[in-house]
Amino acid sequence: MAKNYETVIGLEVHVELATKTKIFCGCSTAFGGAPNTHTCPVCTGMPGSLPVLNKQVVEYAAAVGLATNCTITQNCKFDRKNYFYPDNPQNYQISQLYLPICRNGHVDIELEDGTVKPVRIHEIHMEEDAGKLVHDDWEDVSYVDFNRSGVPLIEIVSEPDMRSAKEVIAYLEKLRLIIQYLGASDCKLQEGSMRADVNLSVREAGSTEFGTRTETKNLNSFSAIQRAIEAETARQIDLLESGQPVIQETRRWDDNKEYSYAMRSKEDAQDYRYFPDPDLVPVNISDEWLDEIKSRQPEFKTEKMKRYKEEFGIPDYDINIITDSKKMADIFEEAVAICNKPKKVSNWLMVETMRLLKEHNMDVSDITFSAKNLAALVNLTEAGTINSSVAKEVFEKVFSEDIDPEKYVNEHGLGQVNDESALRQTIEEIVAANPQSVEDYRNGKEKAIGFLVGQTMKAMKGKANPGLVNTMLKEILSK
Amino acid sequence: MANVISDETIEYVGILAKLELSDEDKENAKKDMASMLDYIDKLGELDTEGVEPMSHIFPVQNVMREDVVTNGDGSEDTLKNAPESNGEAFIVPKTVD
Repeated sequence: MAKNYETVIGLEVHVELATKTKIFCGCSTAFGGAPNTHTCPVCTGMPGSLPVLNKQVVEYAAAVGLATNCTITQNCKFDRKNYFYPDNPQNYQISQLYLPICRNGHVDIELEDGTVKPVRIHEIHMEEDAGKLVHDDWEDVSYVDFNRSGVPLIEIVSEPDMRSAKEVIAYLEKLRLIIQYLGASDCKLQEGSMRADVNLSVREAGSTEFGTRTETKNLNSFSAIQRAIEAETARQIDLLESGQPVIQETRRWDDNKEYSYAMRSKEDAQDYRYFPDPDLVPVNISDEWLDEIKSRQPEFKTEKMKRYKEEFGIPDYDINIITDSKKMADIFEEAVAICNKPKKVSNWLMVETMRLLKEHNMDVSDITFSAKNLAALVNLTEAGTINSSVAKEVFEKVFSEDIDPEKYVNEHGLGQVNDESALRQTIEEIVAANPQSVEDYRNGKEKAIGFLVGQTMKAMKGKANPGLVNTMLKEILSK
Repeated sequence: MANVISDETIEYVGILAKLELSDEDKENAKKDMASMLDYIDKLGELDTEGVEPMSHIFPVQNVMREDVVTNGDGSEDTLKNAPESNGEAFIVPKTVD
């Protein structure tokens, strides 16, 4: 390529809020209901029905705005965005155009070289989701399910501040972390609770004018986003290099084919004819209400990392992973508060928990064990009540069924045997039964003792204190 | 009439409204729309300098509900409105993008 090009990217991120009910009616937002079971006259756009705003939506949206350094629009309102499509029963989507709830924010992303770059947020607005269309494979029909219709969303619109797929992913990861910490959404790209549309244009390096942009949709993983950005950058550069114009259009990414195609043609005029929704009165977020929301903001990752370093003295690597999700951080803090052994708790989370999560193809959000039972396990191990191999076995039970470790150890007789007289008898039997190993050891083959320790542990069903067995064996063999 | 609706405008509005208009319909609609715009123009005679745009006609704010599920399975009533259904979902002509 003869010229150097720069990619300019802005993002529109839709996040499904974790409310129990829809934005304008008391229908459940739960996943997996049979089609149309979570519907009522409001979310199916029946004439005469009236929407009533869910207060929690305002609180979540404002909380996200505060956490992303936005100015909260204390007098905001809703507008109608008109369009015809079968997934939209009202023929308009209730959204916010003129007075979105949050404006002028930014999040800081960390680049590979360690520099921090702010990505500006133009606005965040509240709106409702549409229904779902399922297309019949054989017949010329589509099936409409309105269970998602009216589920609350926030749309986070960034400024065109990103310059590469890496920056985009860093921005999305940062947003996701903030929103998950707030509990405002689980932000799962695969399940559609977080969706990103990529606005992208290219321009010659050094130019201050923007090129014509396209919008790419249907990106449901970070890797799809990366591939789509690379493909769209290359496509636009090819067009410019061959003297063709980039057409402003919406493109749909097909991740299997690694190709995007134009979605909406020009004839389909996009003219949303926004106007204030007369069915909804304005929202006033008073100073008192805003202060209340502010006071509930959690401690975020950056502050947590700093505090953990000072308070718990565990490695940075551990801190980074533990604070990567609020859930993990909560378990850690709660367990440490009970047992006061930060490094031990951290080890269980970093090693065994991570291993089991991976093994079961689970996510941190799927963890079901309680901090209380993890702390109890740490205490049992530290007190020498159980040895480390039994502890691992017990932890698997804690992980899968959140059992009470103390009760479990008692019921299953897993307590470590520290009683010398009980051990001595078994060790003497093992020594007598393995003359070859005994001889090897006495002839200077130190390793032979390992076999004898193993045999003793086996005879004691794994419950012996291995350190004690080792000491006693040496003592008996040296006689 | 002060306002004149062009052929292009009436064509565009027809597309947006997904309406197929005959030539006669178009001429009538042009006249109707022009007179509506004339009527609305009357508002332009008012001096609104320094007046905050009004977002709602009632002096009411913050009508909200708590986030509590109040509705049960509404599928039966909802599907009564479907011109065609398979007992679970509305059936519509295939619509892709």
